[in-house]
Amino acid sequence: MAGQLLQPGYEENKLQRVSKLLPCRDVQSSMLLALMGEPEQYSYPSIFIYGHRATGKSHVIHTLLKELDIPYATVTCVECVSLGLLFEQVLFSLFGPDSATLLSRSPSLSDFVRVYKQLCVQNPAKQTKYIVLDRAELLRDMDANLLPAFLRLQELVEDNVTVILLSEIVWDKFRPNTGCFEPLLLHFPDYSKDELQQILSEDSHPSYSTELYSAFINILLGVFYSVCRDLRELRHLAALNFAKFVEPLESGKVNESETHKLWRNIEPHLKKAMQTVYLREVSSVQWEQQMEKEAGAVRGLSAHGHVELPYYSKFLLIAAYLASYNPARTDRRFFLKHHGKIKKTNFLKKHEKTSNHLLGPKPFALDRLLAIFYSVVDSRVAPSASVFSQISSLVTLQLLSQVGHNDQLDAPKYKCAVSLDFILAISRTVSFDIVKYLYDFL
Amino acid sequence: MKDPLAVPLEFYRAYTSESTYFGYSKTARTMSKRKVKETHMTVGECISQVQTILRQRFCHQRLPEKPMGIESQHKHLLELLRRTAVHGESNSVLIVGPRGSGKTMLLKCVLRDLLEVKDVNKNVLQVHLNGLLQTDDRIALKEITRQLNLENVVGDKVFGSFAENLAFLLEALKKGDRSSSRPVLFILDEFDLFAHHKNQTLLYNLLDVSQSAQAPVAVIGLTCRLDVLELLEKRVKSRFSHRQIHLLSSLSFRQYLDNVILQLSLPPDFADAKFFEEWNDSIKRLCKDKSVVDVLEKHYNSSKDFRSLHLLLMLVLSQVSVCKPSIKPTDLLEASRVCVADSKANILHGLSVLELCLIIAMKHLSDIYEGEPFNFQMVHNEFKKFLQRKSQSIYNFDKPVVMKAFEHLQQLELIKSVDGSTGKIHKEYQLMKLMLDHNQIMEALQKYPQCPTDVKQWALSAFG
Repeated sequence: MAGQLLQPGYEENKLQRVSKLLPCRDVQSSMLLALMGEPEQYSYPSIFIYGHRATGKSHVIHTLLKELDIPYATVTCVECVSLGLLFEQVLFSLFGPDSATLLSRSPSLSDFVRVYKQLCVQNPAKQTKYIVLDRAELLRDMDANLLPAFLRLQELVEDNVTVILLSEIVWDKFRPNTGCFEPLLLHFPDYSKDELQQILSEDSHPSYSTELYSAFINILLGVFYSVCRDLRELRHLAALNFAKFVEPLESGKVNESETHKLWRNIEPHLKKAMQTVYLREVSSVQWEQQMEKEAGAVRGLSAHGHVELPYYSKFLLIAAYLASYNPARTDRRFFLKHHGKIKKTNFLKKHEKTSNHLLGPKPFALDRLLAIFYSVVDSRVAPSASVFSQISSLVTLQLLSQVGHNDQLDAPKYKCAVSLDFILAISRTVSFDIVKYLYDFL
Repeated sequence: MKDPLAVPLEFYRAYTSESTYFGYSKTARTMSKRKVKETHMTVGECISQVQTILRQRFCHQRLPEKPMGIESQHKHLLELLRRTAVHGESNSVLIVGPRGSGKTMLLKCVLRDLLEVKDVNKNVLQVHLNGLLQTDDRIALKEITRQLNLENVVGDKVFGSFAENLAFLLEALKKGDRSSSRPVLFILDEFDLFAHHKNQTLLYNLLDVSQSAQAPVAVIGLTCRLDVLELLEKRVKSRFSHRQIHLLSSLSFRQYLDNVILQLSLPPDFADAKFFEEWNDSIKRLCKDKSVVDVLEKHYNSSKDFRSLHLLLMLVLSQVSVCKPSIKPTDLLEASRVCVADSKANILHGLSVLELCLIIAMKHLSDIYEGEPFNFQMVHNEFKKFLQRKSQSIYNFDKPVVMKAFEHLQQLELIKSVDGSTGKIHKEYQLMKLMLDHNQIMEALQKYPQCPTDVKQWALSAFG
């Protein structure tokens, strides 16, 4: 901990404790403290802090405000489904439990400001109050006047209050089109590799030396750093895989100094972790369980893609896939017994090839789906109600999706929403060779 | 023996209280000067007071003694409001100007000066409404009733229905006449938002009262929209007096610089005379420095409003501490660097190598297809092509890992879906658009810590 925080108006030992709690964030925390100034001085009306996920935005703010005994209210905007909840939380933490009852049932911003002013008059503030709004990008989706009003709350309530907004998204995406009070922008930069190493090495295992743990972290960062810089994710992965790392030590095969052997042991394991645990294919509990068994033996979430469907539904889905990924003009060639002569050179336009699986499914009409369905299914099928109900139940299963909602009954259009692997598995169960019919793979 | 600190603190309190402003009577000044000679404060106390005074100026938008550069507007508005307050004339006026041009400051100065006129203070009523808070007419009406203290006429609760409330209020206003009833000043902040209310009922009624010979009212609207009159309905527009006061900043750079000096210097009744002189001298010296003038000129060219200046000065001020009791040119350079930093470049700096590779792939795609939207499959394809050409397979990630990186970019809003319908189509096939331009990407690559050379070369090569 190099930097010592300095700010008159706060107790020395508290500042010392704070700077211990905030590793690698000296510059940011001292800048924030300087902006906040002494407790009774005014601070800037609104401060907007942005930075990547897990760069310590909320942690720094909360530690500063909590440890220095500054009055503050913190609200996570995800929780506030209605404005009332937001106002209630702010009043509750700034003025105590009784204050929120003053609000009416579904309060407007005007009510909030009135109640706030009223409470201010009753117990005038000696210190600057802070309102911290976490995940502030969600404020944009609430009422249009909310964000501009919070940015100039100091002026509206005539109290010494500062609003701090925390977000991952840059300020440019927040600005309303008639403009607003511009907040002070602060950036929390990402941790560098060395800083990540330093922070992650702090929570070492009690029964092993810190050097061993930091060597482990070094290996972990070597594998994951190019993909993931999220401190929380890395910490989670470190906690999960440390047991595997020290396994050879426990069995006595290797001693602590043979780092190369330890590395050889853990590296393939970590690579596997990237494909499974990092993508949440396998839950952390499953991952810990399978440490004892063979890694990767448990089937992940995406391996459960197989769905049991009725016979006709399978063919309907196959037909939908063909209709989505084949251009309509090739239908004659694929599904008609005696199609006319089509020159192969004409038929295959070079630039079109493989482009369909790149661009995604195209919408098709119901008629075309049925026509392809009748030509791929062998037996005679009556166009009964059950066939049509199966189509609509495929839509509710989200294997098909309906395009354009304006026409429910008359000529609806659909898109196929399943992947190639899925449809290959389906067509194998009904022994239908779908690749032969796909234009892209001709 | 008296405590040497007690006197200046007293003065200081008087100074910060609302009734006094930059102004101070002549006697107070001489008195303070005499007393000051006896007192010497430590540097820490001085700095703390400097912080308090300047922070009030920058953050709390304290009113200056005389509004700078807008004397004619000030005179015009004061005369107008005085006629309402004293003679009972009804008026309506719009104050128009861009954000941060001092509309509220002008109005508050005028109101302050107006209330100093004899008899006006007791006579005139003020109603402050804000378009951000009073989002519809019902709320606005309740607020008016509350601010006019009419709610106690009908007991504790505010009126039942909107119509009842409006009728009562209009009745109360109509009963009055020019000579007997007290004039009311309606101040509508964010006036353009009131024009979005249904039927513009409130505006219609307020302006109607101001047109007919009823209780004297003055309707003062503050807005930043120059086309605000186009928003008004015809019947509302015809009742408006079409009197507009424009606040368009006509500050020259010379004046801007003077303003900076004025904003940073301490008021003459500062407690410690020695420190006061040192500080003000250091400010004057600061503003003569070549690099400082350059920085300020850059800011002047980007915007002339006071808010952005205050933001800059606030950042400068926050660097002043006991161990560094004056402002150095480097502080200003540093603050300006914080102000003008490109936030997207900052965000790009924190991306992982994989995410950066995806962005380069997207850049190539939009170069080839001239800004057409792309989907994940295409980006992945482009990325795979890059990997195939390079023999090293360090970046050989599985498709789901790449997908996770892609989704992270979407969460950061660096890429945006073209059609809003999410969840309808497969994630891979959703059409996206890159929200960065060519220069930003190249600049971020230059600054990126330990950027792999092959990635850099790939980015520089035209068309992937």
